[in-house]
Amino acid sequence: MKILVAIKRVVDHNVRIRVRPDGTGVETSGVRLSMNPFCKHAVEAAVQLSEAGHGDEVVVVSIGPKTANDVILTALAMGAHRGILIETDAALETLAIAKLLAKVVAEENPDIVLLGKQAVDDDSNHVGQMLAALTNRPQATFASEIKVVGQGVEVTREVDSGRETLSLPLPAIVTADLRLNTPRNAALPMVMKARSKPLAARPAAEFGVDLAPRLVVEKISPPPERVAGKTVDSVAELAAFIAADVSNMEAL
Amino acid sequence: MSVLVLADHDRGALSPATARVVGAVSELGPVDVLVVADDPSAIAQSASTLSGVAKVLTAKGSSLADGLETLLSTLTVRYHYVVASAGSVGKDVMPRLAAKLDLMPVTDIIAIRGPNSFDRPIYAGNAIQTVTDNQLRHVLTIRASAFRPAASGNAAPIEALDNPVASAANLIATHRTESDTPDLATAQIVVGGGVALGSAENFQLIEKLAKKLGAAIGATRAAVDAGYAPNDWQVGQTGKIIAPDLYIAIGISGALQHLAGIQGAKKIVAINTDPEAPLVKLADVALIGDLFEIIPQLIAELDRLGLKR
Repeated sequence: MKILVAIKRVVDHNVRIRVRPDGTGVETSGVRLSMNPFCKHAVEAAVQLSEAGHGDEVVVVSIGPKTANDVILTALAMGAHRGILIETDAALETLAIAKLLAKVVAEENPDIVLLGKQAVDDDSNHVGQMLAALTNRPQATFASEIKVVGQGVEVTREVDSGRETLSLPLPAIVTADLRLNTPRNAALPMVMKARSKPLAARPAAEFGVDLAPRLVVEKISPPPERVAGKTVDSVAELAAFIAADVSNMEAL
Repeated sequence: MSVLVLADHDRGALSPATARVVGAVSELGPVDVLVVADDPSAIAQSASTLSGVAKVLTAKGSSLADGLETLLSTLTVRYHYVVASAGSVGKDVMPRLAAKLDLMPVTDIIAIRGPNSFDRPIYAGNAIQTVTDNQLRHVLTIRASAFRPAASGNAAPIEALDNPVASAANLIATHRTESDTPDLATAQIVVGGGVALGSAENFQLIEKLAKKLGAAIGATRAAVDAGYAPNDWQVGQTGKIIAPDLYIAIGISGALQHLAGIQGAKKIVAINTDPEAPLVKLADVALIGDLFEIIPQLIAELDRLGLKR
């Protein structure tokens, strides 16, 4: 079985971001970038499936500038076998990303494609679902458990009412939620070894996909600031505040 | 400019999110609501009472993404907007539908500025993106908590479609959290607990206060990871986004990812031992102290004040 994992390099999730005063975006220069946390869960899941004898090859693909190589190296150090960087300096929309990945799926023909459920920069939560549509494969998003059963997979998903388990025929697309696993930190020898694993860089233009954006981003603004509150000294004061607030609530 | 809204439902009843989605988009044009369920009739009946609804369409089948995508893509030709809530079904199916139609969707909308202009949060709500969508058709998801619900009193006609909804995937098990508390994503009051509760047993204190207030229960990712609360109570960037009138955060320090889920709350109350916790700084009212002493006292005091919900 072959597993393809798509990963994204984003502003590190611990960085407190700053909106540029001119409204053109979020300051990303001089900011720490790393692999999107959900993508790490996807890589870990692929490596675990491979270690359990379900994946002969784990291929990772990322789309971005040359510097996105570092997240591919991280994935290779975690245990993936081969990397592909689709190189572009443009900020692509999720639809264009999904179209590029669909081309990779057509070339590689993986049995399972794993992705993070969302990237913590644009918070879109699109690409896995879009790739499933473009490749006409069934999908299981927001996975907290993946089991290979016979010729298919059983995936437990986190949904609004709790959890549900789907059984899917392969090939299929699965997106990872946070409780799927605990991603490993690669030991130094694995980091060294990652550098000798195959990593192909290919320009995005080579894939013949229309990458033009469909939406116009008019501006990026900071969220409205909350007015500073106060600290009360007693439970009685707190209860009085809550009771007053509740009695003022508009009945829905 | 006509709108198709995909209804959310749970256990045979229309979810409160749908009234809010209809309320949000009815300014865009007449709204048809699509109900896909094994037994859609009662859900469709509820949807038909929503103000702004022109017609309710029903189809029998499951809510799995590939089946819904096929049905929606055949219906889409009649509409300018295809809309769902940004709940687990909408998030699952709408990007899939958009890609099938070669459209870029606009998701997690928190404000509608005009027929093709929308606001959506990025970076866990630490920035707001305003986008113009000039595509011929719009595929949208709406954050229900950011909008007021449509009024009821309507009696729109209900029309059954004979399209079967089939999926390559099979639903083989559901694991629900049994709870009689209100729907978290649309609740007016939410009581949230963090890891400071220390155990699932202690988390019942949160549930007790919530019951007193008629509130929904929320939890931080850390509390869910520790097994103190079920996953569907998680509030934050990757859990549910809430916008209650009142959010009471107990033993929650306020990680960025949690704050992302509560920014829409009108009033925030924090109970915490640490006066420097980000959520204490953010709260309208904070009480510093031990939650295990404060919560029982608070419940008694609310009783004394005769608070009823």
